[in-house]
Amino acid sequence: MLRVRSLIARRALLRQYATAPGPHALVFLEHRAGVIDSASLSAVTAAQHLGGKATGLVIGGPDEVPNVVQQAKKLKGLNALLHSTSPEYSTPVPEIVSPLFEHLLAKDSPFTHVLSAHSSSAKSLLPRVAARLDLPAVSDVTSITHDSSDGATTFTRPIYAGNAIATVRAPASIPIKLFTIRATAFSAAATSDAAAEDSVLEPIAVTDPPTQHIKTDLTKSDRPELGAASRVVSGGRALKNAETFKATLEPLADILGAAIGASRAAVDAGYADNSLQVGQTGKVVAPELYMALGISGAIQHLAGMKDSKLIVAINKDPDAPIFQVADVGLVADLFEAVPELVEKLKQQ
Amino acid sequence: MRPSAVRLLNILVPIKRTVDYAVKIRVNPDQKGIDLNVKHSMNPFDEIAVEEAVRLRERLKDEVKSIKVVTIGPPKSAETLRTALAMGADSGIHVEIPDSAPSPEPLGVAKALRAIIQREKEQGGVDLVIMGKQAIDDDAGQTGQMLAGLMDWPQATFASKVELDVTKNGANVTREIDGGLEELRCRLPLVVTTDLRLNEPRYASLPNIMKAKKKPIEKLTATDLQVDLTPRLETLKVTEPPKRQGGGKVANVDELIAKLKEAGIGPVSA
Repeated sequence: MLRVRSLIARRALLRQYATAPGPHALVFLEHRAGVIDSASLSAVTAAQHLGGKATGLVIGGPDEVPNVVQQAKKLKGLNALLHSTSPEYSTPVPEIVSPLFEHLLAKDSPFTHVLSAHSSSAKSLLPRVAARLDLPAVSDVTSITHDSSDGATTFTRPIYAGNAIATVRAPASIPIKLFTIRATAFSAAATSDAAAEDSVLEPIAVTDPPTQHIKTDLTKSDRPELGAASRVVSGGRALKNAETFKATLEPLADILGAAIGASRAAVDAGYADNSLQVGQTGKVVAPELYMALGISGAIQHLAGMKDSKLIVAINKDPDAPIFQVADVGLVADLFEAVPELVEKLKQQ
Repeated sequence: MRPSAVRLLNILVPIKRTVDYAVKIRVNPDQKGIDLNVKHSMNPFDEIAVEEAVRLRERLKDEVKSIKVVTIGPPKSAETLRTALAMGADSGIHVEIPDSAPSPEPLGVAKALRAIIQREKEQGGVDLVIMGKQAIDDDAGQTGQMLAGLMDWPQATFASKVELDVTKNGANVTREIDGGLEELRCRLPLVVTTDLRLNEPRYASLPNIMKAKKKPIEKLTATDLQVDLTPRLETLKVTEPPKRQGGGKVANVDELIAKLKEAGIGPVSA
């Protein structure tokens, strides 16, 4: 009680000089195979838009954390770094990780914002944490402005599969604003020579957790990661089957150094793996180049790619909706056009 | 090790009435929202949730005691409940909110669901909640996780496969994660959120639609549940996304390559 009082008193004092205490963001940094996810680097940049301090948070198993901490400390925009290591955190399930967040964000927490990339693990975790703290959460944020004078943060986020943009305001009555950011809307944080101060956060043991991780199966690929690739070659139902999908798209992806994506139709038909799906219910990408091959351009697919810089579409149907968003459209049979394209690119 | 051989499951499936996924939505000129005088239907992920509940009963026969669907929404949401009943749910709960009321936020919905689960205690409780991973209108994707958090239950989000083992009081769930799949073992009671790949929902047959009309729907209000559904986030405005201009078509592959070059895109050196 005393501590709270003195805090209030100090705040009042500060206010006389200038403004209310600035925002302090906690950025959840995710990593895989010892490398920080590029989407988390975008989250660090997003935190800068709040105009205050930012602390990174790394959690993981004992063999990953030290390495990740070394990288995270050097991220431009992070003032401090917290890390928590536990064998249980190496394949984190929300039921086991949530208590750590709840502890960090309990009463008198210095943090005013908690953010992460809109990744599958953060999407599972943050709303759980928010509910435990009786706080709402904001998903898939594309822009942020914070007003230090009234403690309100305003976000924009796509709704209806990106066909409308909502501007929502989280007032000061929400003491901690939790949100996930759309990585493609923010650039990745750079690395600096200076290193932020890091400190250990004791893990919080969960006795008899109700959920157990059994196994993870990752789709192996030498290609760039879909969500972060600067070029994406994507195929739809017109690819006929899994063999022609591979045979047609791979040579083109290889020569362009592109990641491979797929429409929901192609995924549902079993031509491509689920993790390659681009759209409202799959990945959202915004590469330099997006090539849509044999994709009609349904609303749900456009939601995942329409922020790409250059959209190229090849489709037999001249009326396909994809041509309404494509910068370059070619009405052609993709089984002829794509091999020709590959040949001609090779000759360059 | 509490389970006994005679354990019976009660499944709760929260569903939402949303603008039909195929409708091209229009933002209202006043920037307050979108034109809602369009076709509505059950949120596609919730159809998958209902289907999964019905399939679980088909697979496990007598081990599933009841499938209850619940919706929180305006009067017209009753139609959505009927659809779910026609697909095979036993009964429904409609937490009615006035047409003029703002759409409740995920946290409000999760609290209402918590209150419903607590009410269900008298009738054997709820062992499994299956719901969509996100609603295609607000695209928040939070309610399931929030409910699990409020109840302090385990959660299995983005499920593409659910294997219930009633005798062991648990479920093995395969989840879709970034880059692949993950398998979890969760204890009941549990909240599962559905991904698209979980199943293909059935169409309700005419006889089942007729039968569904006789199935009971309980009507409640937020006051009955003692929950406040007022949003805590203020929606300042809803706008159209920036329009993309189609750049027109090219005649052949050579022109396509020229356009790529213009944009500075060429082959990568191998």
